Amino acid sequence: MSTISTSPRRSPLQGSLKERRLPRWTPVATVAGAVALAVVLGVVFDITSHLQWGLMAAIFFVAGQYLLARQVEGPRQAKNGLVSSLVWVAFLLALLPLFGLLYYTISKGASVINGTFLTHSMNLISPNQVGGGLYHALIATLEQVGIATLVATPLGVLTAVYLVEYGNGGPLAKAVSFFVDVMTGVPSIVAGLFILTFWIVILNQPYTGFAGSLALMILMLPVVVRSTEEMLKLVPNELREASLALGVPKWLTILRVVLPTAIGGITTGVMLAIARIIGETAPILMLVFGTDVINTNPFKDPQSSLPLYVYQQYAAGTDASQARAWGAALVLIALVMLLNLVARGIARWKAPKASR
Amino acid sequence: MDTPDTAPPQDVPTSPDLLADSPDGPRRGSRMSDARPAPGKRQAGKVRIGDRLFAGSSRGSGIVLLVVMAAIAVFLTIRSVNAISHDQGNFLTTFEWNTQEGAPLSFGIAVLAFGTIVSALVAMIIAVPVAIGVALFISHYAPRRMAQALGYVIDLLAAVPSIVYGLWGALFLVPHMLGVNAWLNQYFGWTYLFGQSQPGAQPRSLFSVGVLLAIMILPIITAVSREIFLQVPKMYEEAALALGATRWEVIRTSVLPFARSGIISASMLGLGRALGETMAVATVLSPSLLLSFHITDPGGSTIAQNIATQFGESQGVGRDALIASGLVLFIITLLVNGGARLIIARRKEYSGANA
Repeated sequence: MSTISTSPRRSPLQGSLKERRLPRWTPVATVAGAVALAVVLGVVFDITSHLQWGLMAAIFFVAGQYLLARQVEGPRQAKNGLVSSLVWVAFLLALLPLFGLLYYTISKGASVINGTFLTHSMNLISPNQVGGGLYHALIATLEQVGIATLVATPLGVLTAVYLVEYGNGGPLAKAVSFFVDVMTGVPSIVAGLFILTFWIVILNQPYTGFAGSLALMILMLPVVVRSTEEMLKLVPNELREASLALGVPKWLTILRVVLPTAIGGITTGVMLAIARIIGETAPILMLVFGTDVINTNPFKDPQSSLPLYVYQQYAAGTDASQARAWGAALVLIALVMLLNLVARGIARWKAPKASR
Repeated sequence: MDTPDTAPPQDVPTSPDLLADSPDGPRRGSRMSDARPAPGKRQAGKVRIGDRLFAGSSRGSGIVLLVVMAAIAVFLTIRSVNAISHDQGNFLTTFEWNTQEGAPLSFGIAVLAFGTIVSALVAMIIAVPVAIGVALFISHYAPRRMAQALGYVIDLLAAVPSIVYGLWGALFLVPHMLGVNAWLNQYFGWTYLFGQSQPGAQPRSLFSVGVLLAIMILPIITAVSREIFLQVPKMYEEAALALGATRWEVIRTSVLPFARSGIISASMLGLGRALGETMAVATVLSPSLLLSFHITDPGGSTIAQNIATQFGESQGVGRDALIASGLVLFIITLLVNGGARLIIARRKEYSGANA
């Protein structure tokens, strides 16, 4: 705080509370000046990369703003301005690649997506041929993720119920809690490797969509447990007590009072977990094997999968196949975003009403 | 305390069941456990079948989860020990990965661990300051409406699958890194780090991987840090403002100290993701088992990427060798996550004041 109390007033002779301030239009003017300077330098020194022009403009802007403020408003205000400029620059710097990614994917992918692309498989289509589609991959992804969700959600929710309602911090609850934490850190490729050696090599099972689902389950479980646990902890104890005091058995209390109260948050957590696993490529690559034909049975014969499809079409390396990869990437992003939006919608819809 | 009132009256028939169940009952609030009568007073009664089923199934799920996790840990360890015992070279220092049948087995984690850590480090150095800047921008600088929209966008970007980043990285970022690499080589080649042994080579390097990973983990770190910045008690900030602090001084004296451990754990979260990333690395890198500090030279290899590219061709002990490398990755991420959790736990202790 000493910097604040001892900071020198720039114009002590004025004797008023008003300090000298830069006019409001200064930042705009500095931006214009910085851009102009960068363009001039870029043209003069023949710098071809427009990225460098932008970077130079950013540096000129930050420096110019700082020096101006230091001259007029004093070092404290100047430092404040400097940080503001840096934060803006960081923001723009981050915006560039992230929106670049979205823009690039949408512009490349949108031209590929049409009715044929969404409803046909890659059967009998060679990599350098235009056409074909991702129907087989889409179906397989939905099936694999569906199976993983069907198994992981009840298991995860029940485990969370155990941790919150029954565990009492006993040794079993502590062990489960610890291993959930450990499981959160399992890299997806390690989960895939485990299922590969255990399920396919040792138990001698074939490469199927179900094998992929098993790995996705391992990845999904801890996320579901953690988010559900947090949500159950938020349910006020008074609700449980009121229900128990009315003579409602504990299991009905949990089923009819605790879980419905938290259902919005639990659903959101599950949706976000699905969004997380739907894009997993590495375990699918190892376990599902990939195919070009439509296989709707996840328990028999190899399947494909959207992320795997993206990877294979990219790896095929031809223009036609990479265009298909962009199309599939766009479909994948759209799926994930849809899940996210649905999760948000549910969270808002089911959120406890603030009134009362 | 009115706790005795919460115990059911004795003449209600359900009360014995309720109380018989209470050893497992909700004891998160101390009031509930107070309500429990002494064991001697407890009436014997039949346990409801529903209660037993529900308690059993929830405990069973916990046990299943425990068994699965323990199975993974034990299984990976056994396999890794088997692989390492067959290793002709030293697992920690060998620079090659020969796991083909017939030839003498000789493999080591050194190059892979180096590549994993270097690419993750590059990602962290780039992503963390920018992410903090963006999070500050959203929480303290941007106009409210814009901030809300940006929050949504950042959350959505955090959920974009890594294969999409990989595709974009390989087809868009890599060609554009050519100029950056040349520039770095020209002006910062003297640092050795950015020197290129063959200028103009395809930038499928650890540095490009690091940049891509940085872009990938940026939304995650930003999303978590933003949450934490928004949790800073308003009174701290207002107190600083009342003392005449500028916006930066408010952030420096009240926001950042409060959020420090949160920022660290957010970064650890991002680091964990960067370490375990497979596909984004596999698409961008042209792998080689070279340990070089010229990080802009093509080559290098990471653990996850090595598993993804090798598992198809390896059999038997070769696969076990990959499992051993997977175990090393697992341990690294475990350490990182454990560190993050320790920091979060410490933060909990101090956050009681604003509860």
